[in-house]
Amino acid sequence: MKNRSLVSINDFSKEEIMQILEIAAEFEKEPHQNLLNGRVIASLFFEPSTRTRLSFESAIQKMGGNVVGFSSAATSSVQKGESLKDTILTVCNYSDLIVMRHPVDGSARYASEVATVPIINAGDGANQHPTQCLLDLYSIKKTQGTLENLEVTFVGDLKYGRTVHSLVIALCQFNTKFHLVSPVELKLPSAVKRHIKEANLLYEQYTDFSEVIPKSDIIYMTRIQRERFPDPLEYEKVKNAYILDNSMLDDSRENCRVLHPLPRVNEISTDVDSNPKAYYFEQALNGVFVRQALIAAILGLK
Amino acid sequence: MNNKRKELIVSAISNGTVIDHIPANKLFQVIRILDLEKSDKEVYFGTNLESKKYGRKGIIKISEKYFEANETDKIALVAPTATLIEIRDFEVIRKSTVSIPEHIEKIAKCFNPNCVTNKEQVPTKFKVIKVDGEIKLACHYCEKNTSQNNMVFN
Repeated sequence: MKNRSLVSINDFSKEEIMQILEIAAEFEKEPHQNLLNGRVIASLFFEPSTRTRLSFESAIQKMGGNVVGFSSAATSSVQKGESLKDTILTVCNYSDLIVMRHPVDGSARYASEVATVPIINAGDGANQHPTQCLLDLYSIKKTQGTLENLEVTFVGDLKYGRTVHSLVIALCQFNTKFHLVSPVELKLPSAVKRHIKEANLLYEQYTDFSEVIPKSDIIYMTRIQRERFPDPLEYEKVKNAYILDNSMLDDSRENCRVLHPLPRVNEISTDVDSNPKAYYFEQALNGVFVRQALIAAILGLK
Repeated sequence: MNNKRKELIVSAISNGTVIDHIPANKLFQVIRILDLEKSDKEVYFGTNLESKKYGRKGIIKISEKYFEANETDKIALVAPTATLIEIRDFEVIRKSTVSIPEHIEKIAKCFNPNCVTNKEQVPTKFKVIKVDGEIKLACHYCEKNTSQNNMVFN
């Protein structure tokens, strides 16, 4: 993985993904490791994403690295009309690695082609967000002890949720059985389902949430956004159909854990938070470890 | 069909290329992607012509024009059944079917308006894939698919 960019989760093989997760476990045991020793990492956020940016910057600083960059396009040279290529080439002069978040689909792949240092994609428009996928995989492995042969339930907006798409595609390498719960309007796109079919895995689609809870090892919740519905009445009809509350977990498996990429609005009731099966806040912490692991692997330090 | 009638439909060209077996409903798209509207050579075309193989077909004849690979790639994407017949001095010198390329660069646009190729000066790159029998262009950058109906060429 040394000197490689990570743009899409498909860029890494199953073995490479497992390797990153193993290194992440080392960082979980010992988060402060001065591996970067003053190296400079650029954090270019062409659109704001406080959660992801802080997670990366925390990862870098726990490894003794320095961060340069910007947190929105408003404070960068994009404002002056500079092309993405010019910004990237310039920043390459100042850094050993670039972490980039950009609102345009495919911008990360393009940046990785023009850059002279590796790029880590921290989200490119509606396309990919591979470090979210890695932290989801890490969270699943940590809570279940394995990634193989699990029953994973995805709930909510399966059409537009890019974290769902990446995770489904990644899980196709681990003999997963998929339960897909969504309103008809927000079903998993056929382009993503194609990966499940090509891997000869099973999936079932539901519009009713409750029946699938007892079958799940992982319940991956997502937010249904009002603006996804052209007709506000359609939104009103489904908005409360995919809310998880604590009593619904009564029949769930002992090992079942609830994940959510966050931010949550109301799709998980706050009474779930104190249930030991709620895992979404630890999930966010795991993001720091996998980002440390990724940076260390790409810079050849682990 | 008598000979006189046939003569009317298929008037011969002395030098140039005949594109035969175009799906009838794709004829105008082929004309568009080859930019034939701007051609100053003789161009003949017909559509909804009878075809033993395909039922209905379109045909285009262009004088003094022989196609390069990037042009035949475009034809293949829009009209995969097309046959190219090259004519010199009224003789057929070469007859070939078009073949769908595995990859194309620069010649087509990505349908996704938020794709980096539509936002910055980035030449397009696609892998040509088949989904349920339909040809699609999978964008190397934004990873979205452009279907046949939405293909726009440069």
